[in-house]
Amino acid sequence: MSVLTVAECPVCGGDVEITPDVIVGELLDCDDCGSEIEVRTLTPVRLEVAPTPAEDWGE
Amino acid sequence: MIRASILGGSGYGGGELLRLLLGHPEVDVAQVSSRRLVGKPVGRAHPNLRGHTSLRFSDPGDLEPCDILFLALPHGQASAGWDGIEGLAPRIIDLSADFRLQDPERYEPHYGSHPRPDVVGRFTYGLAEIDREAVRRATHVATGGCNATVTLLGLLPFFAAGLADPNLTVVDVKVGSSEGGAEPNPGSHHPVRSGIVRPYAATGHRHTAEIESVLSRYGPPVRVHMSVSAVDMVRGAAALSHVFLIEPMKAKEVWAVLRDHWDGHPFVRIVAERAGTHRLPEPRLLAGTNFCDVGFELDPFSNRLVVASAIDNLVKGSAGQAVQAMNLMMGWEETAGLGFVGLFPA
Repeated sequence: MSVLTVAECPVCGGDVEITPDVIVGELLDCDDCGSEIEVRTLTPVRLEVAPTPAEDWGE
Repeated sequence: MIRASILGGSGYGGGELLRLLLGHPEVDVAQVSSRRLVGKPVGRAHPNLRGHTSLRFSDPGDLEPCDILFLALPHGQASAGWDGIEGLAPRIIDLSADFRLQDPERYEPHYGSHPRPDVVGRFTYGLAEIDREAVRRATHVATGGCNATVTLLGLLPFFAAGLADPNLTVVDVKVGSSEGGAEPNPGSHHPVRSGIVRPYAATGHRHTAEIESVLSRYGPPVRVHMSVSAVDMVRGAAALSHVFLIEPMKAKEVWAVLRDHWDGHPFVRIVAERAGTHRLPEPRLLAGTNFCDVGFELDPFSNRLVVASAIDNLVKGSAGQAVQAMNLMMGWEETAGLGFVGLFPA
């Protein structure tokens, strides 16, 4: 699939590929830090960290 | 193909070395020595290699000249036997601590007076991630200690960039039982060791000298405050290093430091994920591999940066590091023979 553009992950600064089929509201994964990122707008591309349920890791 | 031999091949480090060399595309293993197991098949000590090779252990005195010789001897024996060793090969890689420290002032407090200070200068520190070009040029290499390796690969980017307080780094390392070697002792007896979290070197661990020596190359003298605990696993070393930053940093900036530093290093992976179960480095996932995983978390209430790093102590912390050094010394692909990516679940 061709890449429309590359945006910056708001968490780690890594490259996040925005392909032509991406739509507003879609959740993407950052390959580097694993964050779930929500596409808030496409023109211009604006990404935000998607809310995730808190985990206590057994504490 | 080159001919490689192993002096002292019945221990865990020697066994891992043999496993890796038998699978290496450029190497024929000529001889493996063991004083205790002369004439026995190598599978007697390393049952994972049964049927994989017809090699039998040789007497150390029967080793013939070869292209590269690996020393997997207990501490002190490479120095003590050096006069009989040095003529066996033009390239030698020592897995012990005998020739790691160039500075006698760092060596003596931990190991006592060096029996062969005249030989130390011939050896290059073998952790390729510190100085790859030096390893490439070297004929004699001393691989880094396992706990030093896991700690250094976590800390190095921050000290190289001058971001860390040089006096205030606290390192907590957890290690598996294989670090204790293949010879049993009262502390390794199963009823004694099973289930433990035993601080065995709360202060004064020998590898502290190595860590401080390397990190001090990049700026003012560095003090590292290290504690090591034995935990209930067989393979693995995991370090949590508490670094106090000179200036506050944001997570993105830490990511940038790690990416800049480790770009082009095939065995260091940045693991700091925000989703899933395995968010920071864990040694269990690295068993049998030559990777060092490095991750971090910033303390939101202070200037503390917690760096997490993990390795397989027998591979990246010893035999794999030695094979990686050999690859560089011989001008081969750095990753040759080291492609195993591990098991999951392990």
